Amino acid sequence: MYRIVQKKTLNPQVKLMTVEAPAIAKKARPGQFIILRVHDEGERIPLTIAGFDRAAGTITIVFQEVGRTTRALGQLEEGDSILDFVGPLGIPSHTEGIRKACVIGGGLGTAIAWPQAKALHDLGAEVHMICGFRNKDLVILEDEVRAASDRTIITTDDGSNGVKGFVTDQLKALLAEGNEYDVVIAIGPLVMMKFVSQMTKPLGIRTIVSLNPVMIDGTGMCGGCRVTVGGKTKFACVDGPDFDGHEVDFDEAIRRSSMYRDEEKQSDEMHQCRMGGLSNG
Amino acid sequence: MADMSLKKYPIPEQDPNQRNKNFAEVSLGYTEELARKESARCLQCKNKPCVAGCPVQVDIPGFIAKIGQGDFEAAYDVLKSTNTLPAVCGRVCPQETQCEERCVRAIKGQSVGIGRLERFAADRHMEKVCEAPLRPSPNGKKVAVVGSGPAGLTCAGDLAAMGYAVTVYEAFHVAGGVLMYGIPEFRLPKAIVQKEIDDLRKLGVEILTNRVVGRAETIDELLDEEGYSAVFVGTGAGLPSFMNVPGENLNSVYTANEFLTRINLMKAYKWPECDTPVRIGKRVAVVGGGNVAMDAARSAKRLGAEEVSIVYRRSEEEMPARLEEVHHAKEEGIRLVTLTNPTAILDDGKGWVRGMTVVDMELGEVDAKGRRSTHAIPGSEHDLAFETVVIAIGQSPNPLIRQTTPGLSTQRWGGIIVDESTGATSKPRVYAGGDAVTGAATVILAMGAGKIAAKSIDELVRSSEA
Repeated sequence: MYRIVQKKTLNPQVKLMTVEAPAIAKKARPGQFIILRVHDEGERIPLTIAGFDRAAGTITIVFQEVGRTTRALGQLEEGDSILDFVGPLGIPSHTEGIRKACVIGGGLGTAIAWPQAKALHDLGAEVHMICGFRNKDLVILEDEVRAASDRTIITTDDGSNGVKGFVTDQLKALLAEGNEYDVVIAIGPLVMMKFVSQMTKPLGIRTIVSLNPVMIDGTGMCGGCRVTVGGKTKFACVDGPDFDGHEVDFDEAIRRSSMYRDEEKQSDEMHQCRMGGLSNG
Repeated sequence: MADMSLKKYPIPEQDPNQRNKNFAEVSLGYTEELARKESARCLQCKNKPCVAGCPVQVDIPGFIAKIGQGDFEAAYDVLKSTNTLPAVCGRVCPQETQCEERCVRAIKGQSVGIGRLERFAADRHMEKVCEAPLRPSPNGKKVAVVGSGPAGLTCAGDLAAMGYAVTVYEAFHVAGGVLMYGIPEFRLPKAIVQKEIDDLRKLGVEILTNRVVGRAETIDELLDEEGYSAVFVGTGAGLPSFMNVPGENLNSVYTANEFLTRINLMKAYKWPECDTPVRIGKRVAVVGGGNVAMDAARSAKRLGAEEVSIVYRRSEEEMPARLEEVHHAKEEGIRLVTLTNPTAILDDGKGWVRGMTVVDMELGEVDAKGRRSTHAIPGSEHDLAFETVVIAIGQSPNPLIRQTTPGLSTQRWGGIIVDESTGATSKPRVYAGGDAVTGAATVILAMGAGKIAAKSIDELVRSSEA
C-alpha cells in the first residue's frame, strides 16, 4: 500500500497527489511514469511522474478525473493509500546538450511538461513555456510554470485567461520573433502534439512528444501500448514514453487510444449509476 | 496386486458445451475412490523409470503408494519434498512427454495417471490441512529472486527450506508470473496458485510486488547495497513476437500476452464488475499452434465469440500444443484452420480489424530442428473475416534485465546464458533459469531450473563461508 501524503485540487477536474513510494522516488527521473491500481477489481493505468522527492521518498502525480479509475483515485484523501503503485517505468527524458527549449503543455499535459521545463531550467537552459487550456477555470500550475521558465505564455481557447487561441499559434509567434530552439517538447492531447510536430517538421526543429497510451504491465510484455515511430513498431512503455514527434504516426495513436471508448463509457455509466444508488440509499 | 486395466480411470470433466461458456476449471479432479483405484495401476517398479522423466525428481511410486494406502497427507509430503508447486504441476505439466511417457504401463495401454494423482494429493491437502509448514532455523544469509513465476518460486521455496532469508521481487501486483497472467483460470484456478504461494510465505519467503528490478533496484544494487549473497533471475519470456505483416497495429489486434493478461490477471471476464475490458467480436482468429494459442482461443470462446479459429501454418500433427489442450479446444468448438498463414490483417476502413489475408501452405522436408519446413502455395491468397486477431506465435525474454545488468552474457535472441548443470550466469553470484534462459518452455522445466540454481546458490554460500 502506498500512502497519500498530500492531495491538492488544481482545478475542478485535476488533482495532484504526493504518494509515499521510496523505492520509486530513489530512482525516478523526469519523463518516466508509474502504473497504479486503486482497488482490487481496478485496472492498471499509467501516469507520468510529475515530481519526486528522493529525501522524502515520495512521488507526485497529477491526474484528470476522466474515467472510472481516475475518479476512484480522486476520491481518496490524504492518509488513504493506493493499492498498487509501480515504477519508475520508461526511459527518462534526454536533457543533455539543450541550451534553449520551448516546452509546450496542453491541459493536463502541463503537469508533465512542467517538470521537464524545470529540469532544463535547473540545468541552465533558456526555457520558453506555452501552456494551453480550454478556459481560465482549467488553468493549472501557473505559478510553478512561471518559476520554471524564462518566458511563459498561457493560452485559453476562449481567451478567458492569457492569450486567446491555441498553443501552435503561440509557437508560431515565438518562432517568428526569431527564437531558435534546440528542441520543442510538446506534451498534451495527441491532436495537439500532432499539430506541433507538423509545424516544426518542415522547419527542422527537433520535437519530442510524450505518449501515454493504454498499457497493462508497463514493462514490455503486453504490447498494448505499441505505436508506430519512423515506420517501426515501438512500445511506449519501454522504448518511450518520449518519442521524436516527427516520426510518430499520430493518426494511428489517436485511433488506438479510442479502442475501449465504448467499454469506458458503458462501465462509467454503470459506475455512476451505482454511486447514485448508494447516495440515494 | 496391481489393477491391470489398460486405461486410466477417466477424470471427471465439465461438459464441453457447458464449460465453453464459463471460466470454472475444466477438469474436476479425481475423487478419493477414483484416486485409490488409479493408484492401484502403478506397478511400483524398482527402477522407477517415471522419476527420471521428472525435471524435479518427484518420488512418483512413493507418493502413489501412499495414496493407495489412503494416507493422502503422506502422499502430499512425498510430493512436496521435491516439488514446490504440486497442485500447479498436477494440472499443467506435460506428463505425456515426461513421467507418464516413461511409465512401464504405457508400453501396453495407457500410463498411470501420474498428473491426476499428483493433483488429487495436492488438492486434498489444500482442502483438509491448514497447518503451516515448519520454518527451518535461519542461516543468516539473504538471497534475492527476481520474478515470481515457476522458476523463481521453486528457487525461493528450496532456499527458504534450507534456512535462507529469501526476498522475491515481482513486477506485477500479484505473485505467480505466468501462472497468474498467462494460464487461464479454467486450466489453473488462481486461488490454487495463491494457496501454493501462501505456503511459501508461511515458510518465510518475502514477496515484494510492484517492484521492477532494472528500473527500481538493479541486480548490482541487490548484490552490493542490499546485502544479498546471490540473485536468481527467473524473469520469464514476456516479450511478444509479431508476424511483421501489415495491419498488426489495427484496433482489436492483440498479442496473446495482452489478451490473456487482460482476461486472467485483470479478470476482464468479469467486466464490468472488474474495470479492465477486452474486445472479443463475433469471429476471433488466434494465430499460432502452441498452448498459449489454445488458451487464447478457449478464452475467446468463453467470452462469447461465436466462431473461434486457430490459424496455424503447419498441420495439426505439428502443433506444439499438448494433445490434451488441442483435444479440449476442439471439444469446445474451436475450429482449426491449419496449413494457413496470414500475410496481412485487413482494415475495415475505420482502423478496426475486418479480417486477414491468408495463404495456403504446404509441408516440405524435415529441417535441421526436426520440424517440417513450410512454403506458401503461389496464388492461394484469400481473405477470411474476423473482428479480433490474437497473435500467439511466441515470446522471448524481456530485455530489461540484460540491458541493466553489466557482465550478464545473453544469447543473440535474448536468453541468459547459464551453465545448465548449476544455473550460474557469466556474472558472479547471479544465477538464472526458466524461460529467461530457454525461451518459452514449460512450467516444470522452469521449476527444475529453479531447483538446480537453489542448490548451486547454497553451495556457493557455503564455500564462501569456508
